Amino acid sequence: MTALSIENVWKEYGDQIVLENLTLEIAPRSFVALVGPSGCGKTTLLRMLLGQEQPTRGRILLDGTPLPPEPGPDRGVVYQRYSVFPHLTVLGNVMLGPELQANRLTGRSFGAARRALADQAREMIAAVGLAGAEAKYPAQLSGGMQQRLALAQALMMKPRVLLLDEPFGALDPGIRTEIHHLMKRLWNELPMTVVMVTHDLREAFTLGTRIVALDRTRSRPEELLRYGATVTKDIAIWPPRVAGRATLYDTEHPQAQDDLTAFASPAGTTRQTPSLI
Amino acid sequence: MRLINQRLSPGAGAVLKTLPFVALVLAYLLGSALRLAENPNDKLLPALTTLADAIDRMAFTADPRSGAYLFWTDTLASLGRLAAGLGLATLIALLVGMAVGMLPVLRALLAPFIGFVSMVPPLALLPVLFIVMGLGETSKITLIVIGVAPIMVRDLAQKVLDLPREQIVKAETLSASTWLIGLRVVLPQVLPRLLTALRLQLGPAFLFLIAAEAISADSGLGYRIFLVRRYLSMDVIFPYVAWITLLAALADYGLDRLRRKLFPWSELEGAR
Repeated sequence: MTALSIENVWKEYGDQIVLENLTLEIAPRSFVALVGPSGCGKTTLLRMLLGQEQPTRGRILLDGTPLPPEPGPDRGVVYQRYSVFPHLTVLGNVMLGPELQANRLTGRSFGAARRALADQAREMIAAVGLAGAEAKYPAQLSGGMQQRLALAQALMMKPRVLLLDEPFGALDPGIRTEIHHLMKRLWNELPMTVVMVTHDLREAFTLGTRIVALDRTRSRPEELLRYGATVTKDIAIWPPRVAGRATLYDTEHPQAQDDLTAFASPAGTTRQTPSLI
Repeated sequence: MRLINQRLSPGAGAVLKTLPFVALVLAYLLGSALRLAENPNDKLLPALTTLADAIDRMAFTADPRSGAYLFWTDTLASLGRLAAGLGLATLIALLVGMAVGMLPVLRALLAPFIGFVSMVPPLALLPVLFIVMGLGETSKITLIVIGVAPIMVRDLAQKVLDLPREQIVKAETLSASTWLIGLRVVLPQVLPRLLTALRLQLGPAFLFLIAAEAISADSGLGYRIFLVRRYLSMDVIFPYVAWITLLAALADYGLDRLRRKLFPWSELEGAR
């Protein structure tokens, strides 16, 4: 159970204030969607949660302890691009994390340990719907498959927090819907807290338990430099989504569904779309 | 149709590829024939038979004095020096290039220095090398290393820096230490580039080799060329130049094949 506390965090680059006085409590097992206009500091906040950047003022706590100043295996990440390693196959990418963790000198597993790990990795690959692609290189996969791979790779480490930086932004709508189902299922099944940066409000409301909007409260040109963004809206989804429990409207859709028309008529709500005659 | 959109049939492509080579040979034969018609003793553009005689004398007849087959001893001597020089330079490029590319401390310490050193004209250092290290193999190999390594180091360091930062952070979230990031993320991704850098340095390496051999050696391809130059022996020089070119071209081709074989992913679209 992992809670994140962001306490009075400021982030400044020289004179430019990006985030000001941001305070946010993120409950264990929640799925927080960070939304806001471009350049409002969503990604900066995510990088601070990752440990890639440090707050100028304030602090970030993970279960009550301050965050270490660099990224680590307790926080996984999936980016929009460059999330997987081009020189490793699908299987190699998914095995990499545990291999590195277990072999601090060679970074490789051998023999029985390797076979056990490969089996584990194959299970994870199948769980994200990539079974059969184990021997392919990322460049041979479509964008959606690459993001599935990135998820599988990150989840092998059993991260307590999963950070997503517009992970599905470059995918076309059909593929995106599919991967949303996968994401929802993974969040339901695995004990992790998710923070996702997104541009897509629909995506935020489809996946999140809570939508946090960042924006600048002052936007006159002369104020842009010295006033940063902060939380302007904090919306809890209602009825609440709880990890691992079905909610009223989260009807289970068939997995791996490429076709949006399948969602047009959910059971019990048959409605004829009026034809244009 | 615009020239830029032209598509060639495989046959036309093959013909065009060979055309410049054929033209070169024809031009030589024509020039040679014209000059020899005017003066049968002309040494500048010897006839094919003279060239063949010279090749036979150098490569397939034992030297009456030493009993060695000079062409092959020269080739072995030169290739040995070249391999030693390029091997050392490659090793230095890999170690220093990766360290400078990955570690901010070493980058701050070494990057400007290497940038500066790579501007030293290596040939100007040749006399110094000969005086300090003697006339033996060391000074020749050192010249190749000095001439080639700084550029390869810079190239490799840049390649490391060009890796997306996301990959490094991702590796950290997969629990990698600096060492493991180097070993499993950076090294495999810069090795293809290392082979390419090596290919690009073949030409300069031969240049430095021949310059060093021209000044002081007792065998080697460059040594022989500069020795027989005194007798205007174009019949030896031309085959030697052609042989050096062929060796370099084969090495270039071989290294590229090696890269494709060892790192198939580096050929895929989107993998840089």
